[in-house]
Amino acid sequence: MSAVKKVFVVEQLRRAQMNELLSRGVRVDGRGLSDRRELTIQTNVIEKAEGSARVKLGNTELIAGVKVNLGTPFPDTPDKGLLVVSAEVLPLASPYAEPGPPDESTIELARVADRGIRESGMIDVSKLVLVEGKHVYAVFVDVSILNVDGNLFDATSYAVVTSLLTAKIPKYILDEKGQPVKTEEMVPLPIQTIPVSITQARVGEHMLVDPAAEEEALMDARITFVSDDRGNICAGQKGMPGSLTIEQVLQAARTARLKGEETRALIKQAASYV
Amino acid sequence: MGKQGGDSTRLINEQGIRLDGRKIDELRPIKIEVGILKNADGSAFIQFGKNKIMAAVYGPKEVHPKHSALPDRSVLRCRYHMSPFSTEERKNPAPSRREIEISKVIREALEPALMLEDYPRTAIDVFVEVLQSDGGSRCAGISAASVALADAGINMRDLVSACAAGKVAGQVVLDVDDTEDKEGQADLPIAIMPSTNQVTLLQLDGQLNDEEFSRAFDWALSGCRKVYDLQREALIGRYFGKNEKPMEIEQ
Repeated sequence: MSAVKKVFVVEQLRRAQMNELLSRGVRVDGRGLSDRRELTIQTNVIEKAEGSARVKLGNTELIAGVKVNLGTPFPDTPDKGLLVVSAEVLPLASPYAEPGPPDESTIELARVADRGIRESGMIDVSKLVLVEGKHVYAVFVDVSILNVDGNLFDATSYAVVTSLLTAKIPKYILDEKGQPVKTEEMVPLPIQTIPVSITQARVGEHMLVDPAAEEEALMDARITFVSDDRGNICAGQKGMPGSLTIEQVLQAARTARLKGEETRALIKQAASYV
Repeated sequence: MGKQGGDSTRLINEQGIRLDGRKIDELRPIKIEVGILKNADGSAFIQFGKNKIMAAVYGPKEVHPKHSALPDRSVLRCRYHMSPFSTEERKNPAPSRREIEISKVIREALEPALMLEDYPRTAIDVFVEVLQSDGGSRCAGISAASVALADAGINMRDLVSACAAGKVAGQVVLDVDDTEDKEGQADLPIAIMPSTNQVTLLQLDGQLNDEEFSRAFDWALSGCRKVYDLQREALIGRYFGKNEKPMEIEQ
């Protein structure tokens, strides 16, 4: 489903207008170059999920849900639980989205979101083990994208992070035969840090934080950096068939760390996480 | 990527020597051959450490299906694929999600260098086949593909050269290999157009603080420039004979 970027008919006309505005430091929707759109996060919107979050970033809207069951670990990591993040652009999300297997943009989206969570060590997967090599917790975070208006990367990441922060998972114990049984007790996930993704689009010579769909339609290149709460950069991805200067890359990393702080506070507040 | 640094002296010893005998800022041995496949319009073979990767270019050619043609430029298509025998455990030959993502980032890394507007209504296919993988295969694949594109005579603004840096046993290192990738703490593959210093690929897996990120990025850039020299040497060797020296480029 190629809903992520579609070339609009009026692209060239808008590009001229956008460049003119950008040269004065203003974006088409009135934001400054490094301003995020309004971000609203609602938690526990799906009762049946172990954790969930509905995120609106401007008009981009999506829901993440956490489901947890017991699984078998990968043979090469017998001492670690499983954590799988995936995303789907639903056919109701955009006139350009179509049902079918995920296209490369959606695969990239899910993989980059997964990378940010995994590489930041947000969840201490070594604590998700019941019997090493045999029984581990498998944490699945699925993101359903409901309305596409740009910057799915960050919106997806915020929803995944918030749903994990608020998740309460069933505690399993071993019975006398050593078989795992589910208990009534619900426990939070072992959280270590809160990763925050900040995506910027290059339109001409300008770097725009949190690009809207209209801006993404005109962007030459896109760069995403995920930072943790100790100021480390823990995941990155450049996308789109354009290039960036070395200075733009370094500046993007700095901006991601700086802007990440603001957004982290907002996520913590939404998740009532202290 | 494993988070635990493990036994830190295993990957890098007290003398700063890595498991395969390299210094922390040293590349693996690299060999590039040009024009190795008869049928392809352009081709290259790269050995990058134990990576053995073939890249082939077909095109510009007619586009199938026809509706995917563009009126003002060529369509660049890219397939990164690992042979089933290329890894320790047999790899399922069906394209994985990882391979689909890498195909996309490779295409986006090459595209800025190509003058696709010179070939409207056509397609250019780039096939990157990993025959043996050893960590850093996307970078080696990009470097080979860009040489293959030059060999195919596609108009280009520059070659694209790629290299990774990373963090292993707490230290920033150049050109992460398979073991280091699996047991290390970070991997930062990048690709650049060396003449213009434009970054066309950047990915990061793992944690780097501000200072480590700057150093890793800087080292990866210098790695790209070394790869660039070898790419030029290989192309010049193929078209002007082995003894020709690469031209000096004024900075």
